Amino acid sequence: MALLSKKDTGLLLDPLADNNPITIQVLGICSALAITAQLKASIVMALSVVFVLAVGNVVISLMRNIIPSKIRIIVQLVVVAALVIIVDQVLKAFAYELSKTLSVFVGLIITNCIIMGRFEAFALGNGPYRSFLDGIGNAAGYGLILIIVGFFRELLGSGTLLGFKVLGDPIAKTGLYAIGYENNGFMLLSPMALIVVGIIIWIQRSRNSALIEEN
Amino acid sequence: MGLKEKLHGIKEDFKGKKMAPAFNALHTFLYTPNETTHNGSHIRAVDDLKRTMNTVIMALIPVLIWGIFNAGYQHYAAVDAANGIIREASLFGNFFTWDNFAMGAITVLPLVIVSYLVGLGVEFIFAVIKGHEVEEGYLVTGMLVPLIVPVDIPLWMLAVAVVFGVVIGKEVFGGTGMNILNPALTIRAFLFFAYPTWMSGDKVWVHGAKDVVGTPDAISGETILGAYAQNSSVVYDFADKFFGFIPGSVGETSTFLIILGGLFLMFTKIASWRIIFSAIVGAAVMGLIFNGVVYQGWIAEGSKFYGLMNTPFWEHLIIGGIAFGIVYMATDPVSGAQTNTGKYWYGFLIGFFSIMIRVFNPAYPEGVFLAILLMNVFAPTIDHYVVQANVKKRMKRLKLKTA
Repeated sequence: MALLSKKDTGLLLDPLADNNPITIQVLGICSALAITAQLKASIVMALSVVFVLAVGNVVISLMRNIIPSKIRIIVQLVVVAALVIIVDQVLKAFAYELSKTLSVFVGLIITNCIIMGRFEAFALGNGPYRSFLDGIGNAAGYGLILIIVGFFRELLGSGTLLGFKVLGDPIAKTGLYAIGYENNGFMLLSPMALIVVGIIIWIQRSRNSALIEEN
Repeated sequence: MGLKEKLHGIKEDFKGKKMAPAFNALHTFLYTPNETTHNGSHIRAVDDLKRTMNTVIMALIPVLIWGIFNAGYQHYAAVDAANGIIREASLFGNFFTWDNFAMGAITVLPLVIVSYLVGLGVEFIFAVIKGHEVEEGYLVTGMLVPLIVPVDIPLWMLAVAVVFGVVIGKEVFGGTGMNILNPALTIRAFLFFAYPTWMSGDKVWVHGAKDVVGTPDAISGETILGAYAQNSSVVYDFADKFFGFIPGSVGETSTFLIILGGLFLMFTKIASWRIIFSAIVGAAVMGLIFNGVVYQGWIAEGSKFYGLMNTPFWEHLIIGGIAFGIVYMATDPVSGAQTNTGKYWYGFLIGFFSIMIRVFNPAYPEGVFLAILLMNVFAPTIDHYVVQANVKKRMKRLKLKTA
């Protein structure tokens, strides 16, 4: 027996490309613009959202039959808030510098539309295992875009990747900087993140015409 | 067989092939193609896109030539100033000289060449991929770009910015005629935010100044706006500022030639006189407001805004890039307002915001391009309200008639 049925594989892989939360549903844009100036921050943010969404989906799915529908938003908020606090405390304890870089955006995972969206759209109507896969898939789709954007912004904006000076030292003028290359300051500004996300959407849509809406 | 037939032959050979748009572009660049429209309404007019673009380029040529001489002049003037010699500018004495021309040509012409090669390259690639004709839109943009950047901008930066500006500013919206933002200003904005050390300060406006920083031969050339923003005074008199013997971006310095170009464009009805007129009024109004603030004594002399606020309103119009921006950028018929009433508002707000940004942003006192980009974004909104107001007026009239 295969570990994942075909349907379950779809749950995991669809959000990576054809149903990506950022490029197709255009959710969770704020954090994608705010924290992608560095690749490291993007990766940590992606992992945090994977944790919160996967665990949150399972918890909500387990409680789906006992949550009164009138107060389900509050219950969902309590769950996601608890998980976010765990993430925040762990980051503060083990990666203090990074948690300062991410600052308020760890807390703002609570308001990330992807999370509430998956709770509402999926976890409330499906079992824990499938909800878990759905959570992993969607958070990975979100994280994938974050990492792509973070990669280009850090590489072109600071000339580094994960803090390593891959293009040479801009002050000592080594590597590319020796021949007159300079970092692109625009890449570090949020508008450029929006443009990078836009370019990803453009490429994706021109490769897959099924994604283009009529009219 | 003439050149026209040869080009036509090449075009026929490539008909239906992938590279067809590229060859069509070469053909129609100089000649009217041998084909007529087949359906829809037929308008016989000679002022097509190509004619329009060429007229604007003609209006830009004097500015470019002046820019070439000025690039050389400013370099030698700065070298003299570093040696303690203050130059008195004279048109035929020390401005139109071969030295100046040679120095200017080797700094300015590469900018023009890179701008055209890269920009038209991107246009050709898009035309071939998308299968449409190459449009003439880049001809003007390609000429504007070298005129609005500092002389010493590295060519690769210009190339990167041109690719960005043409792709993000124009092609993603559907090419010439569909763009929201002025592509030339998009290119400048990209350069400004990406490489600020090459776009502002007192080392970029004079050729060679960056190379000799910290050496005994150090030269510098602060723009007038930059000097005013630091509350210091300049040695240039009115004639210097008006005729353009001052440091600045390549094409912006000579207000006199820009006025001539503007008159030419208005006479040929390429540029909207409404936009130009109202932009000048807008800039003057904002300048007068600031002058009033100074006159009333509401602002202390030590304030960082004092220098530019105290600048007489008419002087604001002849220094910096505002004249160039109003005449050649704000009047872009694609990204500007379309309705006649809208054009007054559009122009007025461009002038108004230009001076406001200029005064309140002492770190970078050139606000014209930001003001124009801002109003580019708002132009459709302005048009919307103008059209709605017209609809409302007519509905009222209809009601009165029927009542």
